[in-house]
Amino acid sequence: MNKQELILKLKAIIKPYTTNTEAFDNLTEETDFINDLNINSANLVDIVLDIEETFDVVIDNVDMERMLDVKTAVAIIETKLAAK
Amino acid sequence: MKKRVVITGLGVVAPNGVGIAAFTHALKNGISGIRHDAQLQELQFSCQIAGQPQISEELKAQYFTELELRGFNSTGILYGVIAGMEAWKNAGLPIEKNEEPDWDSGTIFGSGTSGIDKFRESIYKIDDLQTRRLGSTVVAQTMNSGVSAYLGGKLGLGNQVTTNSSACSTGTEAIILAYDRIQSGQAKRVLAGSTGDSGPYIWAGFDALRVCSSKYNDNPEDGSRPMSASAAGFVPGSGAGALVVEELDSALERGATIYAEILGGHVNSGGQRGSGSMTAPNSTAVQKCITNALHNAGISANEVDAINGHLTATTKDSLEIENWTKALGRKGTDFPYINSLKSLTGHCLSAAGSIESVATVLQLHEGFIFGNTNCADLHPEITSLIDASKIPLQTLEKSAAIIAKASFGFGDVNACLLFKKFQK
Repeated sequence: MNKQELILKLKAIIKPYTTNTEAFDNLTEETDFINDLNINSANLVDIVLDIEETFDVVIDNVDMERMLDVKTAVAIIETKLAAK
Repeated sequence: MKKRVVITGLGVVAPNGVGIAAFTHALKNGISGIRHDAQLQELQFSCQIAGQPQISEELKAQYFTELELRGFNSTGILYGVIAGMEAWKNAGLPIEKNEEPDWDSGTIFGSGTSGIDKFRESIYKIDDLQTRRLGSTVVAQTMNSGVSAYLGGKLGLGNQVTTNSSACSTGTEAIILAYDRIQSGQAKRVLAGSTGDSGPYIWAGFDALRVCSSKYNDNPEDGSRPMSASAAGFVPGSGAGALVVEELDSALERGATIYAEILGGHVNSGGQRGSGSMTAPNSTAVQKCITNALHNAGISANEVDAINGHLTATTKDSLEIENWTKALGRKGTDFPYINSLKSLTGHCLSAAGSIESVATVLQLHEGFIFGNTNCADLHPEITSLIDASKIPLQTLEKSAAIIAKASFGFGDVNACLLFKKFQK
């Protein structure tokens, strides 16, 4: 899976949690989940669970705490996928 | 002079009608919401009939976002939010995406439990070592104040946002608490109400106590029989009722429809002393609750035109009537009209007081007294106390000026309210 495909999958996961559709439509690697997409911080837990399910990986609490923007999320998922 | 407090909005999610229009129609025409329950049968309950509101997916989507409905499994919050928001809109109050909360408005929305199905689902996951996979909403759905928290957020309420709990008197108590808060000048309006979860995990304890109706599994609509000689236990129910309780001045300023005035009320407990216990009422306390409510309302017993009783269809119905006769000092043909909603909805437990208060207020506002069903065979102990004509079997087109509403609950707790048709 290349990075663009990964971001596309990630975008589909994030969609239901975001309340800022404009920021979502213009999502880049720099997009911040909380500040740009207005995602409720409690929902980051749900996003992690959805990522785990979609990519069949396990994301520990330390990684989860860092996963606040698209770039970090992609990097963490790529690392996990590579380690499989 | 005491601040006058009125009701300016109504909302309801009842087994026999979701929304005020459907519920009013059901009330006037004796339409029952008690149905056979396949799950209760499968689980071999002795009572296999129940009152459960019928909620479509479309209706859910009107009140909850897609995200909120993900992993949502709390009927109590579902009912409470729908009823509460209906009442708010019905009162002509705005639902805004404003920065500033509405400091003058709060909610006191009672519940017995919360999200019992979500709780059960979570327990299975926890025991399966899946705690980290529970998701983010278990707390919000299972905390007892879940319903008031959801409502507070949807409406942007900035005054007190809380959930009270006092068994089957919860709903009536919530309205009294709202009345008190407005009277003391601490809020202009309070969304008062209560909700109750549906399903076997909430009802099982009553089935185990053998207090539910078990002889009408094949004839659900005949199963709830308050005041009847053939009453043999209550039918479990669920739902939510909501009332916008508001300071009169604020209601007049807004030009709001005023459904009724709250004259006053009282809550007390029998302390589980004397004839009282965890499950049985102390009659002295019941009578005292009613007389104190009359005193608080500043009216005499003779001014009460009708009563909406607690009357669950257990053996305690006759005792309740006796307590009313003693508290009011009225019997025979001098007794007010009395009715029980439970023949049409079952006993909605923590939601009962609020759903029945909505019914009471509708009677005052629209000028009718709804008929009792399933009690053509009145219990002889009841007819020895009050005249049968005071227990209408058909809806009467009669304007009552004052109706008393009482609810009683486990823990020997009592609540009594006095509503009056509004007059400037």
